[in-house]
Amino acid sequence: MKPAPFEYVRAKSMDDIFATFQQHGDDALILAGGQSLMPMLNMRLASPKILVDINRIPELEGISVSGDVLRIGALTRHRKLGSSADVAQHAPLLKLAVPYIAHPAIRNRGTIGGSLSHADPAAELPACAIASDATINVTGRKGDRTIAAADFFLGIFDTALEAGEILVSIDIPTIGATERIVFDELARRRGDYAMTGLAAKATVDGGTLRDLRLVFFAVADRPLVARETMAALEGVEYSPGMVDAVEDALATDLQDVIGDLHTPAETKRHLARVLVDRVLAQLVGGELS
Amino acid sequence: MSGTQTISLSVNGEDVSRSVDTRRNLLDFLREDLQLTGSHVGCEHGVCGACTIRVNGEIVRGCLMLAVQAEGAAVETIEGVSDSGEIADLQKAFHERNALQCGFCTPGMLLAAAELLKSNPGASRDEIRDFISGNYCRCTGYQSIVDAIEAVGSARLS
Repeated sequence: MKPAPFEYVRAKSMDDIFATFQQHGDDALILAGGQSLMPMLNMRLASPKILVDINRIPELEGISVSGDVLRIGALTRHRKLGSSADVAQHAPLLKLAVPYIAHPAIRNRGTIGGSLSHADPAAELPACAIASDATINVTGRKGDRTIAAADFFLGIFDTALEAGEILVSIDIPTIGATERIVFDELARRRGDYAMTGLAAKATVDGGTLRDLRLVFFAVADRPLVARETMAALEGVEYSPGMVDAVEDALATDLQDVIGDLHTPAETKRHLARVLVDRVLAQLVGGELS
Repeated sequence: MSGTQTISLSVNGEDVSRSVDTRRNLLDFLREDLQLTGSHVGCEHGVCGACTIRVNGEIVRGCLMLAVQAEGAAVETIEGVSDSGEIADLQKAFHERNALQCGFCTPGMLLAAAELLKSNPGASRDEIRDFISGNYCRCTGYQSIVDAIEAVGSARLS
């Protein structure tokens, strides 16, 4: 199918975006990499009157390190995320996630800002943002705001972005010497949407886990932080099969898992347990990137 | 409340300037306005890879980019890379190994293979399968496609 007619604005500055929003309000949609929005337009699941193309705004680009924070501009393409030396060194969780995001041709266009703003529950980067304790920088006519990634995702395709606001960049605390990260995802075919995925981070002291982050995706209407399981594993020394010891906590975390067309909730719960088992072993096994 | 805009871009090395409907995707622009019908329209939502083209040297989904977004860009299609001889070895290997039946996926498959071999000519069969996972072939079962890409990569290395 073809998109319904719309007007196209090629924004050259942030002011161009704000002006378009002020004039057209909710009738305007932002076009970043377009790898989710274009299918929605083609299938007429979205029919905005105005499309604001932000691909030529320099302020939204770039990856930089300042102190212990890595800042990634909203327009950073997935391919760049996977090839950037700064991302590999300071936020390796994101680098690990990139090969799971669709396919090369899509990673050449899709952006981190687009993925986070779109808030697809099956997307990889929202879960990575939460597991990394990232903060999300947004701006609008009223000024700038900073939102913790953990508070940013509100539901299917729903975020804390208010009308007229745009995501500018994401700040990720640089990984510490004793922190380890793991990313894993189960999908039917390479590049397909995840059936269940898990982004994890922990401080590993010998075999002991501290400050663990376990963030599932593709199991609920937004990334699911496994708080009970994280608490149950705090300060515990790893042993093979330890997932059995936290079975009750995991069951509590996963009680509201939502199934989808192809994968029932019960299957997703099973896959989530499989992933926890694998990920804990890998965290302690010393995989740093 | 549609509109048209005039765009100027390079297509297969030639400068082109046209007025386009703002909602027209880049693939339809190439096929309908420039009669470059080598790139194919498949699923129109980014799954099948039949529409794979190059924009500024990288493969993209032609169906997931608007023609107006290509203002100032350098676009290459299967016609361009065929005429230049850049992928002649890949085309020959596909032909020899019967790495196509209906041929619908082939232009996209060749461009994906070309991008992989440019950065990683020694790609393993697993890496080849991973890279072309975004290009669907419903005829061959992929075996002969992987064979062809692997053979060309080896030949380029030696």
